[in-house]
Amino acid sequence: MTVKHSERRYSEVTGRAVLYAILIIVAIYYLIPLAIMISTSFRDMNDIRFGHLIDLPSSLSLEAWRMAWSEVQIGARRQLGLRPYFINSLLITIPAVTISVIVGALNGYVLSFWRFKGSNIFFALLLFGCFLPFQAILLPQATVLGKIGLSGTIPGLILTHVVYGVAFTTLFYRNYYVSLPGELVKAAQLDGAGFWRIFWRIILPLSTPITVVAVIWQFTQIWNDFLFGVAFSSPRSQPVTVGLNNMVNSSTGEVRYNVDMAGAIIAALPTLAVYIIAGKYFVRGLTAGSVKG
Amino acid sequence: MTQSVSTPEPVRTVRKVRKPSLGDRLAEQIPRLVVSPTLLIAVVFIYGFMLWTLVLSFSNSRILPSYGFIGLQNYERLFGNERWTVAITNLAIYGVLFVVICLAIGLLLAILLDQKIRAEGFLRTVYLYPMALSFIVTGTVWKWLLNPTVGIQRFVRELGFEDFRFDWLVNSDMSIYTIVIAAVWQSSGFVMALFLAGLRGVDDSIIKAAQIDGASRITIYTRIIIPSLRPVFFSAIIMLSHIAIKSFDLALALTGGGPGFSSDLPAIFMYQFSFTRGQMGVGAASAIIMLMGVMAILIPYLYSELRVKKDDR
Repeated sequence: MTVKHSERRYSEVTGRAVLYAILIIVAIYYLIPLAIMISTSFRDMNDIRFGHLIDLPSSLSLEAWRMAWSEVQIGARRQLGLRPYFINSLLITIPAVTISVIVGALNGYVLSFWRFKGSNIFFALLLFGCFLPFQAILLPQATVLGKIGLSGTIPGLILTHVVYGVAFTTLFYRNYYVSLPGELVKAAQLDGAGFWRIFWRIILPLSTPITVVAVIWQFTQIWNDFLFGVAFSSPRSQPVTVGLNNMVNSSTGEVRYNVDMAGAIIAALPTLAVYIIAGKYFVRGLTAGSVKG
Repeated sequence: MTQSVSTPEPVRTVRKVRKPSLGDRLAEQIPRLVVSPTLLIAVVFIYGFMLWTLVLSFSNSRILPSYGFIGLQNYERLFGNERWTVAITNLAIYGVLFVVICLAIGLLLAILLDQKIRAEGFLRTVYLYPMALSFIVTGTVWKWLLNPTVGIQRFVRELGFEDFRFDWLVNSDMSIYTIVIAAVWQSSGFVMALFLAGLRGVDDSIIKAAQIDGASRITIYTRIIIPSLRPVFFSAIIMLSHIAIKSFDLALALTGGGPGFSSDLPAIFMYQFSFTRGQMGVGAASAIIMLMGVMAILIPYLYSELRVKKDDR
């Protein structure tokens, strides 16, 4: 009996070891591209030419970072480096996230607590917007932006991101609010509180988790966008994803991988930072949303 | 998108006994006013523009939109174009592999992570982080790793395996698979998160009952847990196919559609014909085909969602 027991324990321990080994190997697979990216960005070109792919930099060189940020010639642009593109991305992303999240929260509030005739149809109509392949609206949107004089401008891109982001934020908030007890609002109504007061005093304070989810979602979507950025921008308003792509593809002569990698990290840094700081919320929100529904 | 849509009891507005004043009536309209901008967005920017694209696809638009009706000529030109045939074949290959591999890796990782793992939070963060990256960044990195003269091929050769070949990026028969590799790397962690959320939602009492009945762990997974994840499979498939159909940035950054147009995808085709090659009519036609592709996946999904809802009531 004791022998059997210890055998079983033994197999359980090896089982755990195999389990951890698999999980760690997979983790390495996900991390290697990032590790190579980071180490390459600190190497100089000689080091890359004669060294291994996976190798620590022989000396810590910030040259590639400086080049990518403010010195490399991208296209025919007068300002050098990714910096102007990065600033454009900030100017596009911050207002677009703010507006789309506020509108989504209000829509969700109405669709959960202030239903009107046809509000479900409205929600269903909007829901399709989450799945819309943007190619199907690209040409009309380009025409309309041209007509209202926003073609190739940052406000034009903000408008586009808000318009096509509201479907997502509304869905997030609506599904979250629906899970809150309706009595909250009913009781407040009996006390004479109105639409805005209930929103500010009761609903908004309960909205932190879903707001974190909506902000992270919108921020990553808009910061990482390339399609709108390339279709609706002019050289002066291009976001960082477009800048990076131009940089990687326009370099003449020898490809400077260290500069490319530094540029890629620069473009990825804001969303990575948001994810690392608040990623827990993303999964938590995902869980909450899909279970409570 | 992952959240299931449910309809609880509507909250009734409290009827006031006194006659409603003008202010009250105005107040009653506030909810409608608040959602009206979004209604406008839905009607104009989503549905109106879809129709507009449809109109353009029947028009003689070239560099600029124009509205001479030419029937199905753009569609004929589209399907007569070898590049389009390559693009949709590529999408089929890429889409199926991408969805299947992501589901397999995602489910496996979720199950492994669900075994009371010590560093679960950390591992989850690691598996999921590529999702925070732009497809352009992913494309840039993998373009370098997959480049035979500087990336993985050279690395393995330097380790002593001199016959090692991994030149898919520059091989027109294989280039589409490099997009699969990079896309799976980017999205599989996300599928893991979806499944993990689903696993955490499985009713413990059923599993306990099965354990008492002496069911093995594998049986519990294959017979009880995985079947109960059906909705997660469903929404993961929808989201992944949707990503696949829209794929534009990754392919553009990684292969640029090349070598030649061997790794072309409909989204690249649509963009180039509409914006850089002055064939807007053909571009619009390709956009409509893409839209129909999404609808073909989405409508059965929405239909089953709604039917489930009715059964619930």
